[in-house]
Amino acid sequence: MTATDQLLFDGADWDFRTLQRICDACEDIARTELGLNVYPNQIEVITAEQMLDAYSSVGMPLFYKHWSFGKHFAYQEASYRKGLMGLAYEIVINSSPCISYLMEENTATMQTLVIAHAAFGHNHFFKNNYLFKQWTDADGILDYLEFAKSYVTQCEERHGRQAVEQTLDAAHALMSHGIDRYAGKKKLDLRAEEKRAGQRRLHEEGAFNDLWRTVPAGPVKSGTVLSVERRRKLLGLPQENLLYFLEKSAPRLAPWQRELLRIVRHIAQYFYPQSQTKVMNEGTATYVHYRIMNRLHEQGRLSDGNFLEFLQSHTNVVFQPDFDHRGFSGFNPYALGFAMMQDIERIVTNPEQEDREWFPDIAGRGDAMAVLRDTWANYRDESFISQFLSPRLMRHLRLFHLHDDPAQEEGIRVDAIHDERGYRRLRRELARQYDVGFIDANIEVVDVDLAGDRRLMLRHTVVKGARLNEADAAHVLQHLANLWSYDVSLVEVDEADVVLKEHKTTPRTVAAVA
Amino acid sequence: MAIHIVDRRLNPGSKSLENRQRFLRRAKALVQGAVKKSSQERDIKDVLEGGEISIPLDGMNEPRFRREGGTRDMVVPGNKKFVEGDMLPRSGQGSGKSNGPGEGDGEDGFRFVLSRDEFVDLFLDDLELPDLAKRKLAEVESEGIHRAGYTTSGSPANISVSRTVGRAMARRVALRRPRPEALAALEAELADCSEARRAEIEAEIEVLKARIRKIPFIDPIDIRYRRFETVPKPAAQAVMFCLMDVSGSMTEHMKDLAKRFYMLLYVFLKRRYRHVEIVFIRHTDKAEEVDEETFFRGPASGGTLVSSALQVMHDIVRSRFRPADWNIYAAQASDGDNSSSDSELVARLLTDLILPASQFYAYLEVGQDNGLTFDMPDSSLWTLYERLRADGAPLSARKVSERNEIFPVFHDLFKRRGKQERVA
Repeated sequence: MTATDQLLFDGADWDFRTLQRICDACEDIARTELGLNVYPNQIEVITAEQMLDAYSSVGMPLFYKHWSFGKHFAYQEASYRKGLMGLAYEIVINSSPCISYLMEENTATMQTLVIAHAAFGHNHFFKNNYLFKQWTDADGILDYLEFAKSYVTQCEERHGRQAVEQTLDAAHALMSHGIDRYAGKKKLDLRAEEKRAGQRRLHEEGAFNDLWRTVPAGPVKSGTVLSVERRRKLLGLPQENLLYFLEKSAPRLAPWQRELLRIVRHIAQYFYPQSQTKVMNEGTATYVHYRIMNRLHEQGRLSDGNFLEFLQSHTNVVFQPDFDHRGFSGFNPYALGFAMMQDIERIVTNPEQEDREWFPDIAGRGDAMAVLRDTWANYRDESFISQFLSPRLMRHLRLFHLHDDPAQEEGIRVDAIHDERGYRRLRRELARQYDVGFIDANIEVVDVDLAGDRRLMLRHTVVKGARLNEADAAHVLQHLANLWSYDVSLVEVDEADVVLKEHKTTPRTVAAVA
Repeated sequence: MAIHIVDRRLNPGSKSLENRQRFLRRAKALVQGAVKKSSQERDIKDVLEGGEISIPLDGMNEPRFRREGGTRDMVVPGNKKFVEGDMLPRSGQGSGKSNGPGEGDGEDGFRFVLSRDEFVDLFLDDLELPDLAKRKLAEVESEGIHRAGYTTSGSPANISVSRTVGRAMARRVALRRPRPEALAALEAELADCSEARRAEIEAEIEVLKARIRKIPFIDPIDIRYRRFETVPKPAAQAVMFCLMDVSGSMTEHMKDLAKRFYMLLYVFLKRRYRHVEIVFIRHTDKAEEVDEETFFRGPASGGTLVSSALQVMHDIVRSRFRPADWNIYAAQASDGDNSSSDSELVARLLTDLILPASQFYAYLEVGQDNGLTFDMPDSSLWTLYERLRADGAPLSARKVSERNEIFPVFHDLFKRRGKQERVA
């Protein structure tokens, strides 16, 4: 171990030896003092342009080609050039080894902050949180993306770029409804996926015999009408994973189209935990970098000047504008997450009477890191907030609940504020804002008209009167119908089972048959 | 555990280039429309600058199921004065902000930056210069040999005698090589001189001879060879004749229109040909070749004889731009006045001499500032050209009176055409 009272660096410049020293110092603190358990780290230094590249392909180091990524790139490049947008200091990828991208422009202090934040904070969260463990395969993701990329390229060569693009467009439109929300299926093994696709193609090629096409088909089976129950069971209905349903049951898709849907579905699933843990993930990473940086400073390895530089950017990161502030755009996940982590630390180590009443399990337990590590492993945003948002923090943030009912003409009602009557209601409402069950529209496939025109029937259960935007719904349904190859209908039904609206679409292009 | 630190900065950048190209290809129609619009607004000299454009999102959007309306609940921070049960007016402070982020942000245009090349490519994409196919083969570059100074090495055939001798003389003078006359004089003196002097002179002659032997008349370091370079010879070179009536009836506005037209033509030619020459010919009742400044600004007065300009153009073509080597483009701008007696001569010059040699002949009739293009009465020149065109002469004619009409006109002129179809 190097001497601890020596500065890691001086000034703003860094080189690769400095980075190595920083990593070692951070790792030491992360392991011994914070007890973090991380994937092996890989740190990559990139330029601003490469950062923009990474932005446009959802942060992944490699991705299949699609015009929509080009669109995002063009948009982000334009806003970056105009100075409307700064670039993130880092991007971190949930993979093993865990890859963190650092911008070359960062100062040495910023690199330290970013390494502590990404390579230890996020990394620990990825490795330990139950959602990530359940839904993602950190070991396999990079190989799978590589496979996806080459598979898409192969498809373009075999079936034409346009056909592939149409299928991907449709799949992307349904991406947010291509997720399994409930466990029960076996854990994803992306390496096996890759093999599976290859084997299937080999089998098809090996088993192909043109003669079979000439064998006359047997007499059509008697058209007994299946009972509704039986039919729905056969098709696995109701099904909320629209991409999965299409992949398995769409009658006229070619095998490669099914594989493309599968790829998009797997990638959506890979990001599913991230969308559910924004507050926790950023909160964890911010808390970890804050602890590490403070410790480095205490150890005399970070000069006062550099520490001030850190505090300045840390303060910017955790800034939470008030609702009437010009820059307000909802909760800043860094701010909320960090505040809650610190609050938990306070409750565990230095509770007040109120905390003992609200959090009897953890108040005064003493070992803040043990409680935090347990929290990081076993909660997602919604459960985390509904469990750990303390009255004190609600008062500190001066939270209040607005209820906006269009039928109420006088205006928007303040439904609860940070007082005794309001704490629980506030907490419940805020947790609901992070509940994926409410964030995405609840749309399911409910039935297929097998005896008639094979119409696919979907149902949107309307919550609190929020209906689908009609133009967008029409576009998405068009994509859906194109994949299904027959008519599609979607009914919007409110809680009382009253049909509010019905959308219908006819396929425009018949899905290509390989 | 070892931490891997990788320097990716040297990896090839522009990983998104292909995605970007796909996006542009997909948005081609939209982007092209936007480029056209933006090039109408901007100055023509900036046409080649690239820059930011905005396209409508239709067709480029990525639809998702999106919900709107209904009752909404929000928890927000920063309560300062509200208590439970307060009603906030919708339009007021507080409610405006509570509209919530992430609910479709209603962006109706998508702005992004095109690089210069992307912009120009789109700008010119569906345009094609007329009858280009005819000279397509000529566009293949051939190598030509070009004198390029002197060199110290080369083949004996390339020795530059004058340069070599010149350098040798300079060296001989500098090193004081005895001149042959001096030697001859000494030898003459030797023929009739005293014995004592003889030895002296002989010694002197020996010295001179030794010196002459030491300092050669021509030394290898004097030799210079003519140097030749092979340069790609743009077989497809173009010359653009700008013909303009500068008589009193042409207003500044008209000249401005004409200028923009010439500039655009230049832009097109510059892209197509390695080398583009421009010849400015202005005319009243006499024509002369002038420089650009004089062409647009120089004062002139007099009547109007178009044939004079055509005659000058023909002379210049004959003397300087052989049609076999040059693609000849001519663009004539005028307000349409021409003395009627001149018509026959104009027609003959055009059909017999100019048009057969030219790739393209465009006539732009410029109108008054506030004039309506379609109300412009047919002028004498217009009528004449109409007649020639009806007889099948390959010339294009257009009327323009507003600045923003130039580009569309230009676009029409150069639009891809069927083989036989003439520009209307």
